[in-house]
Amino acid sequence: MNTHRTVEILVGAFVAVGIAALFILSIQMSNFGSTSVKGYEITARFDNVGGLTERSPVKLAGLTIGRVTDIQIDPETFEAVATLRIDGRYNNLPRDTIASIYTAGLLGEQFIELSPGADEAVLGHGDQLMLTQSAVILERIISQFLFDKAAE
Amino acid sequence: MNMLAALGAAVVGALQHMGKTALFFVLVLRAVPGALRRPSLLVTELYAIGVLSLVIILISGAFVGLVLGLQGYNILSKFSATESLGVIVALSLVRELGPVVTALLFAGRAGSSITAEIALMKTTEQLSAMEMMAVDPIKRVIAPRFIAALIAVPLLTAMFNVVGIASGYLIGGVVLGVDAAAYWEQIVRQVDFSDDIVNGIVKSVAFGVLAGLIAVFEGYNATPTSLGMSRATTRTVVITSLAVLGMDFILTAMMFGN
Repeated sequence: MNTHRTVEILVGAFVAVGIAALFILSIQMSNFGSTSVKGYEITARFDNVGGLTERSPVKLAGLTIGRVTDIQIDPETFEAVATLRIDGRYNNLPRDTIASIYTAGLLGEQFIELSPGADEAVLGHGDQLMLTQSAVILERIISQFLFDKAAE
Repeated sequence: MNMLAALGAAVVGALQHMGKTALFFVLVLRAVPGALRRPSLLVTELYAIGVLSLVIILISGAFVGLVLGLQGYNILSKFSATESLGVIVALSLVRELGPVVTALLFAGRAGSSITAEIALMKTTEQLSAMEMMAVDPIKRVIAPRFIAALIAVPLLTAMFNVVGIASGYLIGGVVLGVDAAAYWEQIVRQVDFSDDIVNGIVKSVAFGVLAGLIAVFEGYNATPTSLGMSRATTRTVVITSLAVLGMDFILTAMMFGN
């Protein structure tokens, strides 16, 4: 009877520690919660998104304030339309904010950097950014450089 | 010609074995609700295969984390990207090494003992005696062990992962001098809840089903002799290892293949 009780206690502790480990993994070691941030969505059109993917970060002054939730092709203009979900705390971005695609480091992942403009009106849900700057394609720059050299 | 026939026989035999295992799976599943009504049996089994597997799982997790930390640091320092050490350790563990290594260790530590126990029960005709007393051995013996494996493997995997990530930090952050804040910050930023954590849990549940099912089936299906018992125990470890690795490839292809 006594030993059975010990077994029960040990099993209880085992299950509790296991579930605690699952919780630590889910909450402390992943972006749990940050994906379901309440916020608003805006769209931005790019000629070329480069290596941008869904879940790429959206940064303001270097800090992540949102994520890319969707990238689609506009069937008429053949531009890429990226949907950005921005944290609701940053609801005072000016209307003429510029979205640019940059690369973190030389080989790092790509992200969208927002540069606020000076407009009085602020962005709301469903708005579209007017000014964008596409991803820098390394090959294009190199070939341009080579052509310029050849022209000299 | 004889060799061709032997090859064919081997393939047919393997397929038959798989089919028998699948049929047995249905039998076990049908007995699961009945077994759940006897939680004391389940507790005993969870102790035998869960609690007693803790030591090997935790120590292995610690060493795997230490090695990952060292190897990752070695490679990352060439690109001066040691801040990403946490991501490398965490993603390798959560996506692949945690579920797979835990399942392999579980097969060796607990699966083999389940098989040996059930095979010995069969050899000494304890299972027939139960049937004689109108006690269904599948409900009384098989199902509790299967459920216990199904519960224990995901929990052990989670502990393996946590210990591995912590010991990766120990070697990277404390010994090799990787920035501690960067280690944890990168993990939180790059490990996705639904893509990585949930998929890892799905994998470990699948491996728990495989390890539990193969262990009870091989025991139940063993030839009731001492040689049959030893063969069944070996088969459990071999088949579980192969099944886990094969299943891991299929699951990985489905989860991350796109």
